Amino acid sequence: MASMTVAAAPPESGSSAEQALRKDRKRWTGWLFITPFLLVFAAFLVAPLAYSVYLSLFQQKLIGGTSFVGLDNYKAVFTDEKFWSALRRVAIFLLVQVPIMTVLSLIAALGIDSGRLRGPGSYRILLFLPYAVPGVVATLIWGFMYGDKFGLTASINDLLGTHIAPLVSSWILLSIGNIVTWEFMGYNMLIFYSSLKVIPQELYEAAEVDGAGAMSIVRHIKLPALRGSIVISIIFSIIGSFQLFNEPNLLQPLAPNAITTNFTPNLYAYNLSFAGQQINYAATVAIVMGVITAVIAYVVQLRGSRKETM
Amino acid sequence: MSASQPTRHLARDPRQRRSVVLTVAMVIFTVYSLMPLLWLIINATKTQGSLFSSFGLWFSGDFSLWSNIVGTFTYDNGIFLHWLFNTLLYVVVGAGGATILATLGGYGLAKYNFPGRRGVFAVVLGAVAVPGAAVAVPTFLMFSKLGLTNTPWAVILPSLISPFGLYLVWTFATDAVPIEMLEAARLDGAGEFRTFFTISLKLLGPGIVTVALFAIVATWNNYFLPLIMINDPKWYPLTVGLSQWTAQATGAAAQPIYNLVIAGALITILPIVIIFLLLQRYWQSGLSAGSVKG
Repeated sequence: MASMTVAAAPPESGSSAEQALRKDRKRWTGWLFITPFLLVFAAFLVAPLAYSVYLSLFQQKLIGGTSFVGLDNYKAVFTDEKFWSALRRVAIFLLVQVPIMTVLSLIAALGIDSGRLRGPGSYRILLFLPYAVPGVVATLIWGFMYGDKFGLTASINDLLGTHIAPLVSSWILLSIGNIVTWEFMGYNMLIFYSSLKVIPQELYEAAEVDGAGAMSIVRHIKLPALRGSIVISIIFSIIGSFQLFNEPNLLQPLAPNAITTNFTPNLYAYNLSFAGQQINYAATVAIVMGVITAVIAYVVQLRGSRKETM
Repeated sequence: MSASQPTRHLARDPRQRRSVVLTVAMVIFTVYSLMPLLWLIINATKTQGSLFSSFGLWFSGDFSLWSNIVGTFTYDNGIFLHWLFNTLLYVVVGAGGATILATLGGYGLAKYNFPGRRGVFAVVLGAVAVPGAAVAVPTFLMFSKLGLTNTPWAVILPSLISPFGLYLVWTFATDAVPIEMLEAARLDGAGEFRTFFTISLKLLGPGIVTVALFAIVATWNNYFLPLIMINDPKWYPLTVGLSQWTAQATGAAAQPIYNLVIAGALITILPIVIIFLLLQRYWQSGLSAGSVKG
């Protein structure tokens, strides 16, 4: 009630001390809203990160237990061929899969937004459905279809006389790329589509007055409007590629010769800590990967926003 | 099509505007998106025997959908039901909590210019770029020191953070809640939290539904975190349980139960697909309004 009378009263009738107090309280109200999030954030994101930095400075030795070794673990990562081959693999994956998926998602979003399809809403929801499917289930389904046990790949080979074997080592990266594309194409499409929806109608009207065709509207209005979401979607895809784990981990029993324990950096860190009991080194690998990912994401974001201002 | 045609006419005649090339492309996209789901539905109706012997994309043998579903729920003393319940628990508490925290935080960032706001914003946005999986292993180590591993908390607590959700509410609230309305409520003497609960929450509706749905999907589909945190099959979510069933089909003491894995996979995706279809109007408008600009 007290605050009610103060707020309702005209400014000059309240004492200046009361006013200052009210203003000050309002200044800090935002903190009340954000604090619960920040507490959880500090406890379950910042603290584990700090803890893993701490762990990375130690080594467990057979004799003498755990001892402080400074940056020795980091030096070891830089000469660890297992780590670098894993990193190379996800880098190749990234360079092939992300552009393909982004372009396909763009085509789908522009198509649905073009107004030249019958029932665009149903395409939107049908293409999005795979995103709702758990990565585990998606990988199981594709894994079964890839395998010869359930006849699908074998049937196609019989039918077309081909020798497709998605689970051998020369194909496995492509097969995983297909699963990831299937899972996230619709999600990216929807993000792009949402950005197309908020383009002001006046821009289209102006373009029509200028006699712009569909393609030039795409080039001069739609693609520039999409730039922000494309950058964000590429950043998420980069993070996803560098963190690749679920798909290779689940396909591993089906393709034991093609998927090694250090197939991706994340799989390597996982196997180091859970199968190899090398907790300190695993923490170091996770940190190095986190830093590499963050740096690349940051560079992409910088380049993306610089183009925007030009 | 041609520039000489009056644009108004173009806009009115729907037949003129249909594109065959685009339709063909979209049909290919749709077939690609739906084919694995079709495979799942078809093969959930087969016995283990006909799974191996029949063509993958057509029905074959006895129609065993019902007996597969019954088998899924009764195998190993009904462990699947435990997994379903655990998944629901993780989703309700984890995704529910994440939505509440992201809504409060995003609203605070959007509507209050408090000291340190820029710093908070930079830290949270930076966190969007921190890969969840990079944090998972250290989180496991920390939780095992605290004795939290192998309890539901190990899955729920890390699920409570959704920097992307907070970002979505922030962009959504910027437009959806007019600052004039807040000022008017303040003049009427309503406190900040009363304003939030009586006025802002309603306006934030579609944004909150969107954040909730993405948090639900993330928690329902979570695999890596429960995989490392939980050892006791009694606390597995559906995803980890299914992958264990698949793994038991290979190796030395192989006991393949592929028909149950496939029926279980179908049961796992149904609720989430139904939620998406039922709520699509709300989350799609939430996504459009809160979408990234420029």
